[in-house]
Amino acid sequence: MDLQVNNRVAPPWDDAEALEIVARHRQMPGATLPILHALQERFGYIGRAAIPMVAEALNLSQAEIHGVVAFYDDFREQPPGRHTLRMCRAEACQSMGCNTLVEQAEKRLGVGLGATTADGKVTLEAAYCLGNCACAPAAMLDGELIGRLDSARLDRLLDRLESAS
Amino acid sequence: MSAKINTKVYVPRDAAALSVGAEDVAVAIIGEARRRKLDVTVVRNGSRGLFWAEPLVEVETSQGRIAYGRVTAADVPGLFDGAFLKGGHHRLSLGVTEDIPYLKHQERLTFARCGLTDPLSIEDYRRLGGFRGLARALTLAPDSIVEEVVESGLRGRGGAGFPTGIKWRTVRTASGAQKYVVCNADEGDSGTFADRLLMEGDPFLLIEGMIIAGIAVGATSGYIYVRSEYPHAFRTIKQAIAIAYKRGYLGVGVAGGPFVFDLDVRLGAGSYICGEETALLESLEGKRGIIRYRPPLPAIKGLFGQPTIVNNVLSLAAVPLILDKGATFYRDFGMGRSRGTLPIQLAGNVKRGGLIEKAFGITLGDVIEEFGGGTASGRPFRAAQVGGPLGAYFPRDFLDTPLDYESFTARKGLLGHGGIVVFDDTVDLARQARFAMEFCAIESCGKCTPCRIGSTRGVEIIDRVIAGQDRDRNLELLNDLCELMQDASLCALGGLTPYPVLSALEHFPEDFDRPAQSLRAAE
Repeated sequence: MDLQVNNRVAPPWDDAEALEIVARHRQMPGATLPILHALQERFGYIGRAAIPMVAEALNLSQAEIHGVVAFYDDFREQPPGRHTLRMCRAEACQSMGCNTLVEQAEKRLGVGLGATTADGKVTLEAAYCLGNCACAPAAMLDGELIGRLDSARLDRLLDRLESAS
Repeated sequence: MSAKINTKVYVPRDAAALSVGAEDVAVAIIGEARRRKLDVTVVRNGSRGLFWAEPLVEVETSQGRIAYGRVTAADVPGLFDGAFLKGGHHRLSLGVTEDIPYLKHQERLTFARCGLTDPLSIEDYRRLGGFRGLARALTLAPDSIVEEVVESGLRGRGGAGFPTGIKWRTVRTASGAQKYVVCNADEGDSGTFADRLLMEGDPFLLIEGMIIAGIAVGATSGYIYVRSEYPHAFRTIKQAIAIAYKRGYLGVGVAGGPFVFDLDVRLGAGSYICGEETALLESLEGKRGIIRYRPPLPAIKGLFGQPTIVNNVLSLAAVPLILDKGATFYRDFGMGRSRGTLPIQLAGNVKRGGLIEKAFGITLGDVIEEFGGGTASGRPFRAAQVGGPLGAYFPRDFLDTPLDYESFTARKGLLGHGGIVVFDDTVDLARQARFAMEFCAIESCGKCTPCRIGSTRGVEIIDRVIAGQDRDRNLELLNDLCELMQDASLCALGGLTPYPVLSALEHFPEDFDRPAQSLRAAE
């Protein structure tokens, strides 16, 4: 299988557009998560300005919104790399040797799990189950699921990431 | 030949199939057919759940659907060179799909339709028996629907195994201005994928089950909470809901009846604890996923403080068939107090991993050997973790355990959501025990001390054991800690994390008695 690399770059944070996104979702019951997801989907992260914005729209305290952003692993307060590689390190993938693959990726990218390469290209993250346990080890690159990963395929994937923008 | 014959070829759009190249295969088949001027329609179906054979391509022929397993884009020209479109022999051929032993020996009730067609074709859904349960529900009094589910013996498939009908009865009789049906699709357990497979392969079944639940308990609003690790399932469900609205199955006057039922899908945000029902409700309300004290039960005071059914995907998806064929039909499958079928998920170091739906009662060994074909590595089997990251590690001696809630409890394990992860003899159970504590520490919501602090102390104690420091004393301490976490944690995360740890200690003590390793290497 050809491992594709997407080159979708998020636009820089824009307060006016963020406000529009907040306004579009604020009427939903329990709107906090849908708003935060929509902001991150658009900008790649939750900008600092979002906290008072969302708090005001939902009539909640800033502490509450900050608490939500901080609680959930998905929400980022810093822009991620241009590509995000999530590697599963839950039990089913462990049984098929995912820990060695994680080490391989860390070594080649020169960063640990949860960090972004110095050139801002790749964010490497751990995932705890991607639901692809019968095709372990699994990973996810920019939202695309990858199964039956092995050392050679991971190397090819990292080659492509290296030559991508 | 002048008139061209149209041939249907099925290439799954399921995330697991895509993860091993199904998209490239579909593109290659379309391209190859065009080059050869052949009339081929490629249908993007759900997966049959035979993940070991994905991408599983099927061709519709006069003898039925013929399957080809592990097809790559590079195989496509060769397939066309042979009699692929007539289902001819090829080294990748698996024969008639329905006759593949892995599929043939299953008892598919919930997953009967999964992978047969385009999951978003509501016409196909109806043609293949969809909405028959709803049609019957509309002829019954709501109380009778609830009693039908009670009678069926259906127990919550999320892991706790609580009788679904009893939960419904509580919500039915509870008073509240607004009642809710919430589907827990936060399938976070490693080794499980049945919810994902169903949502991607037969989404209308879940929607039908939720509508029936709404009618039964008097709820007019429903939410499906899907974990963010499942973007494909989220998209499919979202599209299916839009189609169901358009076709009059959702909204005002459900399926032409007098009821109202609105449905929405929400995305989780990478938190395992949100699979716990009260944390899930908090999350749906827009808060941090911190668990709630019980009582009050969600059935009395759930979403936004109103009476709420919280059911797993598989529980809700079992309901249409129970209504269609009757409670007796469903309860005639199974053993003891575990009635019906269990969608078993076989994964990890196993040759043939996938979805195996069987009546309760099949043994663990039969699943791993007969269906799974042993380890993927070819090395000897050593352990199976059943029931996700909070499930026990069972040794070879326990392979005779029947898959049934009570049999697992009797052996200090749990069936959970039905996931089985197989390990070969290279596994180190001391490290697996350490991981169980580490996982609990990462995912703890922090509300109760035994879970929040206990898990971190647990990692440290196991590190000392691995490093050979004062082993006897540390093992005694670990046992004490596990007992405390079990007894004093507020929810299943802290309360069940000791299961994998204690089972590792009990069945694999030799792994805690290896030559000392440095603390660094234990990480």
